[in-house]
Amino acid sequence: MTAFGKLIRTTAFRLTLVYLFLFALFAASLLGYFAWNTRRMITEQITETVNGELSELDQQYSRGGIRGLVFAIESRAMRPGANLYLLTTPQGQAVAGNIGSLQPGVMNNIGWANTVYHRLDENDSKNHFALVRVTQLSGGFRLLIGRDLEERQRLFGIVAKAAQWSVAIVLLLGLGGGIFVARRVLHRIDAMTGTTQRIMGGDLSERLPVGRSGDELDRLAGNLNAMLDRIEALMAGLKEVSDNIAHDLKTPLTRLRNRAEEALADAGNETEYRAALERTIEESDGLIRTFNALLMIARAESGQARDNMADFDAATVARDIQELYEPLAEDNGLALEVQTEPAIIHGNRELISQAIANLVENAIKYGKPAEPTEGVKPSVLIEARRDAEGVKLSVTDHGAGIPEADRQRAMERFVRLEASRTLPGSGLGLSLASAVAVLHGGELRLDDAKPGVRATLAMPGRDVEQAGV
Amino acid sequence: MLTATNPEPTSSQMRLLIIEDDRESAEYLAKAFREVGHVAELAGDGEEGLALAQSGDYDVLVVDRMLPKRDGLSVIGALREKGDTTPALILSALGQVDDRIKGLRAGGDDYLPKPYAFAELLARVEVLSRRRGGPSEETSYRVGDLELDRLSHQVRRGATEITLQPREFRLLEYLMKHAGQVVTRTMLLENVWDYHFDPQTNVIDVHISRLRSKIDKGQEHPLLHTIRGAGYMIRDGMR
Repeated sequence: MTAFGKLIRTTAFRLTLVYLFLFALFAASLLGYFAWNTRRMITEQITETVNGELSELDQQYSRGGIRGLVFAIESRAMRPGANLYLLTTPQGQAVAGNIGSLQPGVMNNIGWANTVYHRLDENDSKNHFALVRVTQLSGGFRLLIGRDLEERQRLFGIVAKAAQWSVAIVLLLGLGGGIFVARRVLHRIDAMTGTTQRIMGGDLSERLPVGRSGDELDRLAGNLNAMLDRIEALMAGLKEVSDNIAHDLKTPLTRLRNRAEEALADAGNETEYRAALERTIEESDGLIRTFNALLMIARAESGQARDNMADFDAATVARDIQELYEPLAEDNGLALEVQTEPAIIHGNRELISQAIANLVENAIKYGKPAEPTEGVKPSVLIEARRDAEGVKLSVTDHGAGIPEADRQRAMERFVRLEASRTLPGSGLGLSLASAVAVLHGGELRLDDAKPGVRATLAMPGRDVEQAGV
Repeated sequence: MLTATNPEPTSSQMRLLIIEDDRESAEYLAKAFREVGHVAELAGDGEEGLALAQSGDYDVLVVDRMLPKRDGLSVIGALREKGDTTPALILSALGQVDDRIKGLRAGGDDYLPKPYAFAELLARVEVLSRRRGGPSEETSYRVGDLELDRLSHQVRRGATEITLQPREFRLLEYLMKHAGQVVTRTMLLENVWDYHFDPQTNVIDVHISRLRSKIDKGQEHPLLHTIRGAGYMIRDGMR
């Protein structure tokens, strides 16, 4: 595409053309209206003058007869800027007046007419135009009174010239402005296109240029940049996840394969085969669990679970989970307690339950105090609270805790802090809880419970009245 | 997939229709069902499956969600539209809660995400087939000398009254409703607790062992049995 072709295809340029047309139309109609009105006014003025003079001369005629009329006409015709007069006999012979020649036949029709004429004292061949009125006097005389139309003509000339100029100026300025704006826009769009092409080429770190004017293009570029930030973060997350998946799925898969191979090579009897196969199934079940957890996180993070949201009381979730895990905690020498207040939340009950279950499982696994106090059963507390900030579902243990420096890292996928390596687990529990909190517009917080960890899902709540509960 | 200890058949023979496009999985399933004494027929796509389901008399349909020619949900939908209420279990690679709800709304009676243990599938299919047969809601259940009254919420073993927590009562109620059938941990979590996720730890086992200590402790014949590699079953051992 040529540069000019590109230019005239821009929206700015096309808009300019439309505006140009509209402005020209506007100017033309304004001038037209003005011209038409002025013409009407001038015509009215002439009619009035002619009528006035006619009645005066008519009086002269009735007072002083034809002689007096001739005298009056002659004297009026002598005045500077005089009107046009012509008096003819019944035979059509000129008796008095200042007209040398007329369009033939004008004197034959009584009434108003437009005509070409020459004055007696003018010798040029230029045609003059006049508006005249012919009347029949008693005795067969005819009297013509008229006025030259040059004024009207001149006015038309002025208006026509004004129209030409204004259209020319509008066109010139409009086209110039259009080209200027279009080129400016085109320049910026070209820059953006170039950047996006580089981004599509694979360089996700590129960003669109954002000007300082804050106009619509800058806002667009700003938003596109924000989108690119999000995409880049997602891509980075994806890469990290696929690396981690590769690692965390390949390790057990390798183990699985090795065991199967080993069993094939070494197992001597059915019992050994059986044991090997059972371990294989256990291992693959673990793999499936990891896989499911990853899918669930991905789903929570992509926001798909939003379809399945409803209002429910977080307190019920807390009590249900306490009830489900209490025997397990008991078996592990821990007291699982629950404290709740009504806390209505809009969300996915299943996901939130799972998130809390993960936190409770963590607390049961790691929540035993390093130095147990004699006679006091260590406890894990599930709480559902509602405050000005929103709904808080938290699980507090009094175990060894997580060092401040590790807290952020603990929420990442597959991260298992050194202390936990020996216990079973996928390293996905906290990431899922975190993803669930984010899905509900909140966050997962890990605080020091001195000693121990308080893991809190802090999410915006629903007003009790609003929810109608 | 097949667990090391093949669960013994726990109910009378069933006629099954397996609609699954993956030949290998389908044949594996058919073989496994036949091994435990059931009759299994196969259909390789949705159209064939629908035709067979309409003509044959089956106790349970096992339907893969994604099928050639006709989607699994649409097969079930078409059957339900014609008033066919044969219980249908949907197998799906999509395991999420939303997909499950979609499957149940389309007329499925149960939903099992892939990959699954055969024991899990078998237990669920047997429960579905039983649901179809007998009177579904009884006011009391009885297994051996264990009695559960659903109206007064009373549980007795012989002459001794047993006090249960509400959840323990529901757990026992579910087990007794399906007495003589294997009930898996996931089935318990779904039906007693209404959770559809997979807990990482042995939460259910601990609940069962508490329940067991209340109903079986000190008894000559234990009623609550652990079925290795599958789940639990309540059954009169003297049978």
